[in-house]
Amino acid sequence: MVFDIVFWILAIISIAAALAVIFLRDVFRAALALILLFLVIAGIYITLHADFLAVVQILVYVGAISILLIVGIMLTRDVHKGNPSGKFRIPAIIVGILLVITLTFTAINTKWTISDKPPVEKTPEIIGQMLFAEGGFLLPVEITAILLLTAVLGAIVLIREK
Amino acid sequence: MTVGLVHYLVLSAILFSLGLYGVLAKRNAVIILMCVEIMLNAVNIALVAFSRYVTPLALTGHVFAIFVIAVAAAEAAVGIAIIITIYRNHKTISVDKFDLTKW
Repeated sequence: MVFDIVFWILAIISIAAALAVIFLRDVFRAALALILLFLVIAGIYITLHADFLAVVQILVYVGAISILLIVGIMLTRDVHKGNPSGKFRIPAIIVGILLVITLTFTAINTKWTISDKPPVEKTPEIIGQMLFAEGGFLLPVEITAILLLTAVLGAIVLIREK
Repeated sequence: MTVGLVHYLVLSAILFSLGLYGVLAKRNAVIILMCVEIMLNAVNIALVAFSRYVTPLALTGHVFAIFVIAVAAAEAAVGIAIIITIYRNHKTISVDKFDLTKW
């Protein structure tokens, strides 16, 4: 099964990229590692037969959010002195390890009801029906529109020169 | 060894924990925002994996993931705006120095 090999490769690259985001000293290189992580996660969506989500991931994360983060890094560049850890480093390591152990233990020991039906080939049609058809998620879609408008207005108000 | 639901969940857990470590331990506010994005992506992987293996015909997990992506975009925009405003007023983006509301 070719998707199995692809999954292992993508999983190793994604964990390495996440580690690079955390431990690289240069903040700009950390942002580049984050873009690599976003691309790899789009690949993981493809191994899960989520073609529409993979495209959305590349459009929104790789295209928009990473550019926002890089602009933020550029505008605050002169204060970066490496990527140091704060005073909560040891508790954060303990919390992270405990969380990953707990989640892994739960995921392995739960009896998931795996469906044996094959995944659908063309997801955009079904997603569109779920989002916009009767009895779907139409109200959350409209609330999302208001949320995005509020976020844009809030960002403009915050950034505006006094 | 065929890759199943558990593999995706474990990958999601590892990425989420790495993001959580970054959020708790890092000083640079932009790095903290980036680690929040890692955590949101990890949750999306879990949602899509559940959708693929538990309810492969309904695709509810995909819809949830789309909403998570929309909220993440809004969060990144407002977060960067806040960081730039704080940088403009205080000339720092280290979260150790953001103690304006501390008694």
